[in-house]
Amino acid sequence: MTFIERLRPAQRGQLLLAHLALLAYTALALFPVFLVVINSVKGRRAIFQSPYALPNRDTWDLVGYEKVLDNSNFPDYFLNSITVTVGALFFILLAGSMAAWALAEYRFPGNAIMGLYLALGIMIPIRLGTISILRLVVRLGLADTLAALILIYTAAGLPLAIFILTQFMRQVPRDLKDAARVDGASEYRIYLMTLPLIRPALGTVAVFNMIPVWNDLWFPLIIAPSEANKTVTLGAQVFLGQFVNDWNAVLASLTLAMIPVIILYIIFSRQLIRGLTSGAVK
Amino acid sequence: MKKLLALAVILTLVVALVPATTQAQDKVTLTIESWRNDDIAFWNDVLIPAFNAHYPDIEVIFAPAAPTEYNAALNAKLEGGTAGDLITCRPFDLSLEHFNNGYLVSLNDLPGMEHFGPVARSAWITDDGSDVFCVPMASVIHGFIYNQSIFEELGLEEPATEPEFLELLDAIKADGTYAPLSMGTVDLWEAATMGYQNIGPNYWKGEEGRLGLIDGTIGYDENGFVEAFEALARWTPYLPDGYQAISYPDSQNLFTLGMAAIFPAGSWEIGVFRGQDPDFEMGAFKPPVPEGADTCYISDHVDIAMGVNAASQHQEEAMLFMEWMTTQEFAELYSNALPGFFTLSDHAITLEDPLAQEFLSWRDECESTIRSSYQILSRGEPNNETQLWEVSAQVLNGELTPQEAADIVQSGLEAWYEPQQQ
Amino acid sequence: MTSANSARRRKPFPVHILVFLAPAFIIYTLFMIYPLLDSLRLSLYAPDVNRQEVFVGLDNYERLMTNDLWQPRIEGAIKNNLVFFAIHMLVQNPIGLMLAALLSSQFIRGRAIYRTLIFTPTVLSVVLVGFIWRMILSPLWGISTDFLDLFGLAAYDKPWLGLEETALPTLSLISVWQWVGIPMMLFLAALISIPDELIEAARVDGATAWGVFWRIRFRLIMPTVGIVGVLTFVGNFNAFDLIYTTQKATAGPNYSTDILGTFFYRTFFGVQLQPGNPTMGATVAGVMFLIILAGVLLYMFGWQRRMLQVEF
Repeated sequence: MTFIERLRPAQRGQLLLAHLALLAYTALALFPVFLVVINSVKGRRAIFQSPYALPNRDTWDLVGYEKVLDNSNFPDYFLNSITVTVGALFFILLAGSMAAWALAEYRFPGNAIMGLYLALGIMIPIRLGTISILRLVVRLGLADTLAALILIYTAAGLPLAIFILTQFMRQVPRDLKDAARVDGASEYRIYLMTLPLIRPALGTVAVFNMIPVWNDLWFPLIIAPSEANKTVTLGAQVFLGQFVNDWNAVLASLTLAMIPVIILYIIFSRQLIRGLTSGAVK
Repeated sequence: MKKLLALAVILTLVVALVPATTQAQDKVTLTIESWRNDDIAFWNDVLIPAFNAHYPDIEVIFAPAAPTEYNAALNAKLEGGTAGDLITCRPFDLSLEHFNNGYLVSLNDLPGMEHFGPVARSAWITDDGSDVFCVPMASVIHGFIYNQSIFEELGLEEPATEPEFLELLDAIKADGTYAPLSMGTVDLWEAATMGYQNIGPNYWKGEEGRLGLIDGTIGYDENGFVEAFEALARWTPYLPDGYQAISYPDSQNLFTLGMAAIFPAGSWEIGVFRGQDPDFEMGAFKPPVPEGADTCYISDHVDIAMGVNAASQHQEEAMLFMEWMTTQEFAELYSNALPGFFTLSDHAITLEDPLAQEFLSWRDECESTIRSSYQILSRGEPNNETQLWEVSAQVLNGELTPQEAADIVQSGLEAWYEPQQQ
Repeated sequence: MTSANSARRRKPFPVHILVFLAPAFIIYTLFMIYPLLDSLRLSLYAPDVNRQEVFVGLDNYERLMTNDLWQPRIEGAIKNNLVFFAIHMLVQNPIGLMLAALLSSQFIRGRAIYRTLIFTPTVLSVVLVGFIWRMILSPLWGISTDFLDLFGLAAYDKPWLGLEETALPTLSLISVWQWVGIPMMLFLAALISIPDELIEAARVDGATAWGVFWRIRFRLIMPTVGIVGVLTFVGNFNAFDLIYTTQKATAGPNYSTDILGTFFYRTFFGVQLQPGNPTMGATVAGVMFLIILAGVLLYMFGWQRRMLQVEF
């Protein structure tokens, strides 16, 4: 690449400006996170007297972390969040791909209406039905269970999942399926066979649902608030509320809740961004 | 993708089995719902181990929410059937509503209930007096806590009257090093609870004014109740910079970091401040009386009690815990572990904390009353207590004059409360 | 399922189609469509003296719109929500577009790194974001004073979250800070998918980079502009977490940050001594439903149809 050399001086100036703008915005995006992390390992007075200083031998203090680990069940919260997120993703992908397969593959009376019906939920937030969801969950004996959360997130994620997956299912070549049918494969078998072919689409749907489910506060707060079923997001919210006057503990718990998400994000950022930019929303 | 799916299935199954195995334990677990998140360490380190010394097979979990979120969260949990076994009771109507809705069980037959007199029971009893549904735990007394080293440095003395109080605040402000009063308005409730209800009884003459509101002979827009708003409005110049965005926890930090001199307080702060900084030297003075007044009044508010969730699976164990809460041992531990919470039982106990002792001594010097909005007056819409929060914060923010604030609260009360409509 | 049954009578309906559709249909109907409809039904009921819910027609809506206690709250919440939405449209989406334009340029090295880092706040939970900013803006910590001091503007520092006139704009900007990654990515995807030939052709014609951007590229991504707009609308009128975390359910000061989500929560669950009211809560949800529905329909029949006409 010899772009730079080919550019006129005016264009080089523009390039510099562009980098400055991007750098400035990146700093704005990361500075608050940075501030929380460095102060989480400092003593109480150092937090207030020199917030921007990196921790040194005098100010180093892990009292916040000790308090968090003594007074909360963060490992359990993580397990709950993983259960709910993985469970919801699993059912969204399974039920969503099955329905998408039916809509894309078969001509049957009511196909279009069914497609429209299942797409209704794309734009209407499920939160508006909260009062009835709470009552329903109580009646089904699922109050304060992770299963209730999984079902709710599955219902909320299905419309977009079916919409996206149907588009991709339609693109699977006919010959392949017909060949399998000639070989006497059942419809279920052929469905299973096509799944690997739409892997990128399944990945897109998964990352699309992962972040909102992991980060949701509303339904854990209302449907499953007990200590045994708290998700990380609710656990952090409650813990932060409990220790709100103890800045050491607050900064430490913010860091603990943030770091795993950021690490996961960095690992999966390629898939996430590919999902977002693959024209999934069309 | 197949591998990933298989993994997902296995994970889901594995994790789904975990709760089943934990339930198989023999120990019964009681969960306590509370808004006292400041007390989590006291419960875990002192009270629960003391209870377990008698009942080792009952595990107790203290699971508090933030005070501002407690009521909403508890209502949701009760409605959803997901609330804990033991419910910390707010005084008067909120708990009464829970009892009437069948969420709390009657404690008439609880052994040990005889240690609580009619005053102690009054906040957790049905209107006809037939059922008591929470074991009274403690009352809290309002007043002011100050930083002793700042007072010594500036050569200040505890004020007895309002003019002395304002003079004192002027002196701290003139020095310029410290914020005179440590209070913010963003959380609303402090302005009403630690401001209006703290100094108010001196102006509306305690029970005389409060009962007058209930039988309709006096209004919020008259005499003492307006004067209390006026006294509150005089605090504004002495609040810390940016007080409109300072939350309750911020103001606690401001005080214990030594950046503010006086904390308008409830006695429960004693324990919080000792926990934040055990070496912090504090003194306390009672709400200053208006010039020329010869009687002082304090808010000695029946604040906290505990009841049993009717939907609890462990009624028997919950009752054992309730019974333990009526004992001398509990009263002693609670009042000393949480200095500033004063037992409502008739057990004779000694307080180890001198500051708590100071607050308690005011009971002998002054007339006691409770917060004006709690009994009966917060049953309708608009809610009297909520309105007091809103207008008190706005008076301190300079958005409302004292008279405007008083008029809003009065018309809110008149909108639904018959004795006030005549 | 009745349509499927009647179809079977004429000709056996293939069982495997039902098997494929059933899981999604059942979960979605039970946990999404039924609760939405049931909530709307509930908004037509109110508790009587015996605490039984009885049908009252549109009384709740009338009460919400005309009663002295309710009307200022719903009006305030709608107004605040409109301000919240307007700030997202005027700040978040233009910044997202600008960042996307910069990141779509082939001349800029390290695009992937910038993209990844700028998107980071978007993956954080709103709860964490709310607490982080609450601390940064706390007068106790003084970070915002120091920041303004860098530009010699310390005198303009305010208790941003505590004043009625600044709290809502401040919260809106915090939300913009968190969510700007979404429009950035959507715009970026659209910009990247524009065929190079189109741009080359314009450039050969002597158009400046600025001119190419507005005359060619921006026009071609108009459908995405519409999608970003409607996503912002639905997201904003459904927002709750940020304000609940920073200002609590009372959405202070003096309800200046009260949006429909917090109003809904407060009505349903109550606050302090005030008990909750499920049927009025359902009514507030009903109003939110109508507003969101109106926005989405406007998008579908206004914007999208015009877009289709442009394309064909």
